[in-house]
Amino acid sequence: MNAAFSTVMEFAPLAAALFCLVTLVLNKPMNGVHLAAVALVELGLLAFVVLAIVRLATGGHPAGGLLTFVFYLVGSPLVLPVAVVWGLMDRSRWSSAVVGVACLVVPVLIVRMNQVWSGA
Amino acid sequence: MPEPTIATRRTGAGRVIVALYALFTVAAGSRAAVQIATRFHEAPLAYALSAFSAVVYALATVVMARSGRTSYRIAVVACSVELAGVLAVGTASVVDPAAFPDATVWSGYGMGYLFVPLVLPVAGLLWLRHVRRGSHGVSPAAAARSGPGRGRAGRRE
Repeated sequence: MNAAFSTVMEFAPLAAALFCLVTLVLNKPMNGVHLAAVALVELGLLAFVVLAIVRLATGGHPAGGLLTFVFYLVGSPLVLPVAVVWGLMDRSRWSSAVVGVACLVVPVLIVRMNQVWSGA
Repeated sequence: MPEPTIATRRTGAGRVIVALYALFTVAAGSRAAVQIATRFHEAPLAYALSAFSAVVYALATVVMARSGRTSYRIAVVACSVELAGVLAVGTASVVDPAAFPDATVWSGYGMGYLFVPLVLPVAGLLWLRHVRRGSHGVSPAAAARSGPGRGRAGRRE
């Protein structure tokens, strides 16, 4: 997987998570800024998944196992939308926390997808 | 599913805990599915434990998100089983690494998952106790269901 893009996709969600932490501490619920940040991260994640699918379609093979890799491709884009819906149901500071946790998951998913691809 | 009651366990920090349980259901479940589908014979114990942990997480997710006393009790049991599981499997994997040729969610006390599997059941149990103590109040529907005379001292079941 593209190293520079992976790095961006590991640090951008961390920045979003940090913002969520700040609003959690300030006792603020999820707002438009959270949604915009999550939307950007989700777009990046979708781009990552599309790139991975292109790699697979053009003969690439994940050394760590195709099935595992496919599970990650399918599951990764679902994390943020589900978290946003779950968070929006309770408009308290904890909606920020839910979205923040989901943002923290994204770098893990990126790292794992890269590991599975390279077989590390 | 109709909205049954005002869910006390699903508000506030409980929302984060339920979200984490859902996440670990997917993580442990996916891992178990892949492991069992592709190479069960390599490490049957580890993979069976992955599947078991996924079931416990799934159960905990559902009952933590629901209100009602039965769900509450199942949630306490699920969190306790989970805590016992992570402690037992964690200890076993440290003492006898040969028995675990491949990792489970609970190996090394959940080290591969940043120790979240160790922290989560403790957080879950603390949250359940917090809700039980009623600092968030009892939902009217739950109070109506349990009938009159419901008091902490007089509860028996």
